[in-house]
Amino acid sequence: MLEFNNVTKRYADGTPAVKNLNLKIDKGEFVCFIGPSGCGKTTTMKMVNRLIDITEGDIRFDDKSINDQDPVELRRSIGYVIQQIGLMPHMTIKENIVLVGTLLKWSKEKKDQRARELLELVDLPEEYLDKYPHELSGGQQQRIGVLRALASNPPLILMDEPFGALDPITRDSLQEEFKKLQKELHKTIVFVTHDMDEALKLADRVVIMRDGEIVQADTPDEILRNPANEFVEEFLGKDRLIQGRPDVTTVGQIMEGCPVTVQTGTTLKEAISVMRDKHVDSLLVVDMDNTLQGFIDIESINLNYKKANHVEEVMEANIFSVAEESLLRDTVHKILRRGVKYVPVVNDAQQLTGIVTRATLANLVYDTIWGDGMELEEAAATAE
Amino acid sequence: MMEFLAENGNELLVKTGEHLYISLVAMALGVIVAVPLGVMLSRIPKVADRLISFVGILQTIPSLAILAFFIPIVGIGKFPAIIALFIYSLLPILRNTYIGIRDVDQGVIEAGKGMGMNNLQAIIKMELPLAMPVIMAGIRLSTVYLIGWAALAAFIGGGGLGDFIFDGLNLYKPSLILAGTVPATILAVIADRSLAAVESKLTPDGLKDSYEAA
Repeated sequence: MLEFNNVTKRYADGTPAVKNLNLKIDKGEFVCFIGPSGCGKTTTMKMVNRLIDITEGDIRFDDKSINDQDPVELRRSIGYVIQQIGLMPHMTIKENIVLVGTLLKWSKEKKDQRARELLELVDLPEEYLDKYPHELSGGQQQRIGVLRALASNPPLILMDEPFGALDPITRDSLQEEFKKLQKELHKTIVFVTHDMDEALKLADRVVIMRDGEIVQADTPDEILRNPANEFVEEFLGKDRLIQGRPDVTTVGQIMEGCPVTVQTGTTLKEAISVMRDKHVDSLLVVDMDNTLQGFIDIESINLNYKKANHVEEVMEANIFSVAEESLLRDTVHKILRRGVKYVPVVNDAQQLTGIVTRATLANLVYDTIWGDGMELEEAAATAE
Repeated sequence: MMEFLAENGNELLVKTGEHLYISLVAMALGVIVAVPLGVMLSRIPKVADRLISFVGILQTIPSLAILAFFIPIVGIGKFPAIIALFIYSLLPILRNTYIGIRDVDQGVIEAGKGMGMNNLQAIIKMELPLAMPVIMAGIRLSTVYLIGWAALAAFIGGGGLGDFIFDGLNLYKPSLILAGTVPATILAVIADRSLAAVESKLTPDGLKDSYEAA
């Protein structure tokens, strides 16, 4: 799909930015370039769409050398997302999304249709099409930035620290959204970042660079398990290397099985008696199929007791949940960052299967440190 | 007043027309030359600074002197007056075009390029619309100046409201000086207001909102 053959970039004064780089990227692969500033990761990426010219060597895109192609045509056939987002402030969201379509002279109907299709992918309402970029939040703007790159359905998308300027929570949700999108659409992604967490989370393969050379190119797991040298170890940090070990525990393995729930249609009175029976201060609301709908807590019932009859009228539908198969280390991070007391766990069909509370996590830490009791007894036995 | 208008009304209209004609033609020439030049300069910033300071020097030559210099070259009348005013109009338009385009958000420029805009598309679809408020500010400024300076055209036989002013000075008749000055001022205000309307027409909607928001 994309092949770097002995690619070298030297600037006019002779300093090399990229030295003799070789790399093969397969179709549908998500590759993250990472390294300290000045390591040549951005230069490498920009050579692909010829925003920077190659000094020596060759890049082949779909088995054609990019040097044989007109740079303008080439760029139109490759998606491009940048950190500064760079939406055209004088164009509506619709015009921004289909900018490449305009350059390729699509008909108006085709552009309208494509803009609507794309907007659906990121769950933004259709009214947004006629808004201007400054009316959107940073996270929404970058969603549009991603859609713009997808507009002409390019097989390859280049991303230059696309989520770098966003706040941590927005970044988190955009990363997840984007990873999902990438799996659905099966795009090849070249992603430049300096955030190791981001690279480990998103990439199929992480390419670690230093001084214009590739230090290690491997899957995130492999890099965590077998860092190529000290530089990689240092770059990963001790914490991640330790975290890298019990990496495979999923949320499903440690969650508690039977959360306290009520079905939609339950009256508030019944909900209160459930709470009293089970000694809890909030309840998860599910429907007939056990699909998670939201939650209610004692305060919202208290506030609305006179006004409402059924739980769905007072429940908070905007609830944060995690998937069963997501990794524990990511989930812990999220629970702590959001400061929530518990997180419902759902399967692929959004059905509630369990719950992770802070107590669950505390138990887990306790088990990790003290073991399940066996080691202590053994130690005592050896001591004797 | 009425008496004066009855006596000079016709002439006043003709002179005002001439005045407007001289200034607008000079302004139009200025826009035609300075805007594309400014766009070109934005591609070669090294040359740009030097050229703009050179044009700045032209601006400091007293206007009477420029008019006088032109007499041996292009003679007297409307044409040399227009040429002289045109030179004056260049700097504000050129500088604002250059600065307006240079200051377009680099992120937007990079995105545009990365999407596959060629040079011409980048200028027409991206840089000119985004720089429009700054460019128009330059055009407005230079138009108002030109209408003031056009009074000097009378000095080399270019006509215009300056005729009244010079006559008034020579004949010690304040009413004539006023008859030249007041319409020129009114012209300047009207020109500025109508260009403001043009500006708001040309400024893309998305930009207007963001200015209000800012």
